[in-house]
Amino acid sequence: MKYGPIVFLAAFFALSTSWFGFVLKPQADLGRAQQETNVVSSLLYPQPRPGQARQGAEVYRADGCFYCHSQQVGQTGVACDVVMTSPGTNLTAAAEAVVKANPMLASANLTEFLSKLPATVLKNITRDQADAALKLLKAPDMKVEVHIVPTGPDITRGWGRRHNVAADYVYDWPVMLGSQRVGPDLANVGARLPDANWQLLHLYSPQAQVKGSTMPSFRFLFETRKIGRVPATDALQLTGDQAPPAGYEVVPKPEAHELVAYLLSLNSDAPLYEEPFTTPAPPPAQTNSIAAK
Amino acid sequence: MFTGAACWLIVSSLLGLIASIKFHSPTFLADCSWMTYGRVHPAATNALLYGFAVQSGLAVLLWVFARQGGTPLIHPFLIGGAAKIWNLGVLLGIAGIIRGSGSGFENLEMPRYAVCFLFASYLVIALVATITLHHRKERDLQPSQWFLFAALLWFPWIYSTANLLLLKFQVRGVTQAIIAWWFSANLITVWLALIGIAALFCIVPKLVKRPLYSSHYALFAFWTLLLFGTWTGVPFGAPTPAWMPAMSAVATLMLIIPAIAVAKNICGTIKGDCVALKSNPAGLFVQFAVPAFLLSTLMHCAASLPCLNAITNMTWFTVAQTHLQVYGFYAMSIFAAFYYLAPHVSGFAISAKFAKLHFILMALGVAVLVIPLAIAGIAQGLKLNDPSIPAVDVAKGTIPFLRAATTGELLILLGNVAFFANIAGLATLFAKKQFALCCADDSCDAKIAEVKA
Repeated sequence: MKYGPIVFLAAFFALSTSWFGFVLKPQADLGRAQQETNVVSSLLYPQPRPGQARQGAEVYRADGCFYCHSQQVGQTGVACDVVMTSPGTNLTAAAEAVVKANPMLASANLTEFLSKLPATVLKNITRDQADAALKLLKAPDMKVEVHIVPTGPDITRGWGRRHNVAADYVYDWPVMLGSQRVGPDLANVGARLPDANWQLLHLYSPQAQVKGSTMPSFRFLFETRKIGRVPATDALQLTGDQAPPAGYEVVPKPEAHELVAYLLSLNSDAPLYEEPFTTPAPPPAQTNSIAAK
Repeated sequence: MFTGAACWLIVSSLLGLIASIKFHSPTFLADCSWMTYGRVHPAATNALLYGFAVQSGLAVLLWVFARQGGTPLIHPFLIGGAAKIWNLGVLLGIAGIIRGSGSGFENLEMPRYAVCFLFASYLVIALVATITLHHRKERDLQPSQWFLFAALLWFPWIYSTANLLLLKFQVRGVTQAIIAWWFSANLITVWLALIGIAALFCIVPKLVKRPLYSSHYALFAFWTLLLFGTWTGVPFGAPTPAWMPAMSAVATLMLIIPAIAVAKNICGTIKGDCVALKSNPAGLFVQFAVPAFLLSTLMHCAASLPCLNAITNMTWFTVAQTHLQVYGFYAMSIFAAFYYLAPHVSGFAISAKFAKLHFILMALGVAVLVIPLAIAGIAQGLKLNDPSIPAVDVAKGTIPFLRAATTGELLILLGNVAFFANIAGLATLFAKKQFALCCADDSCDAKIAEVKA
């Protein structure tokens, strides 16, 4: 290493290895990704965002939302649930089959179990165990399904129903995956918190919507102005000490509407061929309590 | 260039302080879009990385090339001009980020127009540096020169690749994120390490007046750092093909090898001769930089183990590690190099008291910044993995630690002010001398001083 050119070649060689690996290779593998017909819904996935949402992505980028919110749901594994959707014509045979598949259910009230459908026979088992159970669950006309359930803290929190994959970001520029989770993950915020009005109120005053939130207020996306002849239709309904002085109203600027349109467009919950899941969408709950998770 | 770097250091720490305050008082400066966290934070990072780190790194590089090569710097006026363009580029870039033109890629937020200035300026400096190296009188390259020359090549390659593929010819989908991670890792884990290690390898032997312990260790560290460091960056669980995070995790784990080799080499050179080391204020900074480098690499390695990564991924722990790498190791090595070279270059001694004050403020600041952030990150990660704890409570739980980290940022700011005062004092003395002499000094040192002072 006494000569300059040797040092140059060493550095050149080392950097070119990772350049081929982390620049050229992903571009060759993923760079031409297109939307594909979804195997489950037979819709094209992913869909490009609508125009207003695309403008909102610019607001999201400019104001650096991604420094505190990631857009990548993690997953630690996959489990299977065996669910019976119909006990069929012969209830006695069905009950016997269920007990064979899951002896723990013998002590439970089987008649009640069979009447409440769909009934989960086995929960949180591996694929092999599920296949074995399917062989045991045989009765006339009995219908049994195997549900594929992604697992992990993010999924239990309701941040998403599966982990994110490269196919979810095909139309994003820039792709803002984020590296920090000061706030919750937003990869599926559009599915989780679909109320545009709530989103606006939350941007205006996060603490009023989610108690104890550490999110900064984005008041600069709103305008406090005198009420004209007719109050603005999109003026925020603020109460208490948030309310503007009498005769004034708080109106979202276009940027606020765009940002909310972008947030509502964030939804990567489609089951994919490579990332299957069959969990149902979570039941509706109170918005503020979902946001706190 | 050092003056410019010091200015940006202050700007960065001021912005960093504002960003840090925002975490415990969310309504602080909330009515102004220019001062929202998502703009102030990247502005602070970019001022630190491009304003301070790269610029001061280049200044050290030029000095080492001239000094080790026993040759004057060629075309110092070119360097002066390029440095001005660099600073203009950083200024434009920071203003762009504050205005909301940040690119959306971490550590690459500067808009395109600013990048052009930076790149052009870098090329000029790199060219001058290469020619200076070529003209060296001492033909055999020293270890510190290997590291610096590799760094000289590294930056334009990663910077042009990342900016061209992310801002100009935009690649599709998650490839963007992979390239951005690749760039960040190659800048923070490799480039900064190359320059920092070179600074230490250059000045430690001079401080203790003993040759470098082993050039074989240095060679080993050089190769392993380049080969493994360059593959780091893609975080665990990223929505990419699975081999990428796995590859990065293995490479990160391997980084402990060059770190140990470097530490062993420097300790072997010092041989416990702390008296000689402490005779110069630079020695104090060396004593901090070496353990900080080891610790930062250890944190990096630990976080790449799957069992720990599940906790530290996407938490303050990563931030703590980066701060330790940039402030604790890199900035401290640069300060050490500065306190060693500045008296040589300008011919004036630096007030040891002031240098010591700078050191104490920085050392305390880094400790008070990094330790609470690391603890906050682990607590945050453990809580995020427990879905029964709401995200709001997770965020609230980190607040006391973030308050402590704000104190750390404040101390670092004060330390940076002390550093700036040191430079300004030296520059004034030097300008006075130049004015009195009223003639151009042809010696190599004075020429470099012109550039840097």
